[in-house]
Amino acid sequence: MPDTSHAANRASSARRRADFKALGPFIALAALIVLGAVVNPVFLTPGNLINVLTRTAFTGVIAIGGTFIITTGGIDLSVGALAAFVSGVMIIVMNALTPEGLPPLMVVLLGTLTVMVIGALAGLVNGLLITRGRIEPFIVTLGTMGIFRSLVTYLADGGTLSLNSQIRSFYRPVYYSGVLGITYPIIVFALVSVIGAIVLYRTRYGRYVTATGANEEVARYSAIHVDRIKLAAYALQGLCVGLAVFLYVPRLGSASATTGLGWELEAIAAVIIGGTLMKGGSGRIWGTVSGAIILASIDNILNLTGAISVYLNSAIQGCIIIVAVLVQRDAKSRP
Amino acid sequence: MSASVLAGQGIAKSFGPVQVLFGVDFAVRAGEVHALVGENGAGKSTLMKILGGYQPASAGTILVDGKPVSLRDSEIAERLGIVMIHQEFNLAETMTVAENIFLGREIVRHCFIDREAMRRASVKVLAELECVVDSDARISELSVSEKQMVEIAKAVSRDVRVLIMDEPTAVLTGAETEVLFRLIRRLRSQGVGVVYISHKLNEVKAISDRVTVLRDGRFIATEATAAVTPDDIARLMVGRDMSDMYPLHHLPPDDAPVVLAVDGLTVPGWVERASFELRRGEILGFAGLIGAGRTELMEGVVGLRSRSAGQVTAGNGRSIRSYDDAIAAGVAYLTEDRKKRGLLVDKPLTPNLTLLALGRYGKIFIDLAAERAATAKAIDTYQIKAGDIDMKVSSLSGGNQQKLLLAKTMQVEPKILIVDEPTRGIDVGTKHQIYLFLDEFAQGGGSVIVISSEMPELIGLAHRVVVMREGRVTGTLAGAEIDETNIVRYATGLSGVGADA
Ligand SMILES: Nc1ncnc2c1ncn2[C@@H]1O[C@H](COP(=O)(O)OP(=O)(O)OP(=O)(O)O)[C@@H](O)[C@H]1O
Ligand SMILES: [Mg+2]
Repeated sequence: MPDTSHAANRASSARRRADFKALGPFIALAALIVLGAVVNPVFLTPGNLINVLTRTAFTGVIAIGGTFIITTGGIDLSVGALAAFVSGVMIIVMNALTPEGLPPLMVVLLGTLTVMVIGALAGLVNGLLITRGRIEPFIVTLGTMGIFRSLVTYLADGGTLSLNSQIRSFYRPVYYSGVLGITYPIIVFALVSVIGAIVLYRTRYGRYVTATGANEEVARYSAIHVDRIKLAAYALQGLCVGLAVFLYVPRLGSASATTGLGWELEAIAAVIIGGTLMKGGSGRIWGTVSGAIILASIDNILNLTGAISVYLNSAIQGCIIIVAVLVQRDAKSRP
Repeated sequence: MSASVLAGQGIAKSFGPVQVLFGVDFAVRAGEVHALVGENGAGKSTLMKILGGYQPASAGTILVDGKPVSLRDSEIAERLGIVMIHQEFNLAETMTVAENIFLGREIVRHCFIDREAMRRASVKVLAELECVVDSDARISELSVSEKQMVEIAKAVSRDVRVLIMDEPTAVLTGAETEVLFRLIRRLRSQGVGVVYISHKLNEVKAISDRVTVLRDGRFIATEATAAVTPDDIARLMVGRDMSDMYPLHHLPPDDAPVVLAVDGLTVPGWVERASFELRRGEILGFAGLIGAGRTELMEGVVGLRSRSAGQVTAGNGRSIRSYDDAIAAGVAYLTEDRKKRGLLVDKPLTPNLTLLALGRYGKIFIDLAAERAATAKAIDTYQIKAGDIDMKVSSLSGGNQQKLLLAKTMQVEPKILIVDEPTRGIDVGTKHQIYLFLDEFAQGGGSVIVISSEMPELIGLAHRVVVMREGRVTGTLAGAEIDETNIVRYATGLSGVGADA
């Protein structure tokens, strides 16, 4: 029998190591903030920070859903295309409702409802193909990515769908204003993160998501309905996309074939940088949040310095993803 | 008497601040079978991983042919002829049998892998092991005992001077064990030193020349096997006298109600129209060779496998069609495949313990404090040896993982407990406790189904024994009929339904 001081000692050392690993993304974010401040004092001004965080919100909200998907051991490549598609549908619906004489608030609410429903349904389709159809998530969502992307191009007839000016001016503040200087996208992102963390860490559903990703067979033998868990995760991801679109449409008031291009990669990158295991079974919501902020900050810092071309932005993000994974592996393989 | 081929002197090992080996001496000679025994968590696997180059020692010297060596990794050890078969499988699930046997040392001809040569060589080693698996089959398609035979084939197909086997027979049947013993004897006569870790003391007695006992990470004794009885070994392991291994049979009263009735159950490809009844307070054993379909039958009963015909009825008359029905009816199933189906090995103890019964810790939100308290309680009740409550399950010793699996299954407070090879990898002392536990469970109004490949276990524990052969129930034995001869006759088709008379 190890004596208690030993056990306590060991517990704390294990915890320290876990802490270090979990803290990785936050340390990286802190370092990046210091770097940004050194490079250009503008970086730390409230206006700039709010700007960065507001831009983070779209992919950030999507990445929270992505954390659940990846924790189940799956992946969703269709989120960017889905965002574009539902943006298009939302604009069409709101444009169609405007001449009906409904108050603008009503129009926006109905548009939002449409977006959420279609987002969740699209997620369910992905989920059903994966669970009932027994097709790899990568393949299913690669397919639906193409479908959604082509649908929005079709809806926009190859051009751009624009929201009519009346609704647009009513809807604009959802992106541009907020409470006490904090914009609504930031508030929504924060709320979604808190809810995501509570669901993943504190609820049965979250535990089942983790167990499913850690070992599906063990989960099944533990009376977990693995298919339902996954289905719900894809539906949740669809809802997150809907929410992101609700925040995004007032920004430009338009949708086209290039809307949301690359969002899926940015969201997945945020999840991975945050320390969620790609193979599933271990998800970190707050890691994802800092991963998303890291990616947006790099973009911003490059813009502020001018020392490195902004065209190299993706290259730097790529390096950071690879480094993040390397660091995690080292932390893991330590005896 | 020949000199030692492989020896460890004063081997110590710590994981962080917890020391698990304290200056252990161990030596294996050429041409001997040296058994290593000790309770779960005594440090047997750890000691052998150190001698096999899989883990560094914290202190001590390793000698090969009397000369100190440094085994930085298992490859160096393998080059010196030291090969280890691990307690947990080390096979690539998606690759074929032949590819696994030659993993890392593929036969190459003109820059290309010579599949044909590898296949031929694999067929040859498998034939020596009298193992019928197809060398082109994927590992994931094999049963646990077949996987074990592939592990053994993989090991002996190398140039081995010292073969370390960590509980090789835990998943093997009697017949397969016999084959393995023949192989071990042949290796011994060729001058190979064999280290044999096992909790089956009769096997230790039968196969080994010397036996070394570890207790709590300390060297206790090395004895000539001929000079000790299995009871002596058990005493050295536990440090006290062992009372009777099996509890007395507490038969249920004659009018005990039927709590589970299985009628004409067919699991496609595995089980043909199997029927049996389980009564309250009864311990019902299931015997048969591997592949007889016992596991598949039970998985069919609880709804984990699809069935094409048959009825399963719980005591209250409700029929059981799905796993949810089974759990609701108070039926719990403990799988034989701990690593693949039983435990999340990369997670700590707590989420594993509560996974099956998570609803009891909150409908939506989990009561984390209650969960932790339950873990502390389970560690105490089931005497799980864990250095730290937050450690990963993969760091527990094999036997302690098995105890955790039992604790997990008991979390749903079942009325009917179906246990599949419940004492796999468990030491004698703990086995005894599990037998007492099952007996008390039955006396307290529960009912137990035990699948076991260890005949003494079934004979010592079960009130009735159902014997299966090739997916069919061939007979049910009760009372004095339950003995080894009868079980073997029914299991091999000499007696009972469909006998080859
Ligand atoms: N990687 C690890 N980290 C922490 N503790 C470990 C690790 N590996 C083993 N241990 C601990 O070392 C002790 C000895 O384990 P070991 O696996 O050698 O036991 P064993 O004698 O093989 O037991 P069993 O008969 O159950 O297989 C156990 O208490 C185990 O929890
Ligand atoms: Mg062991």
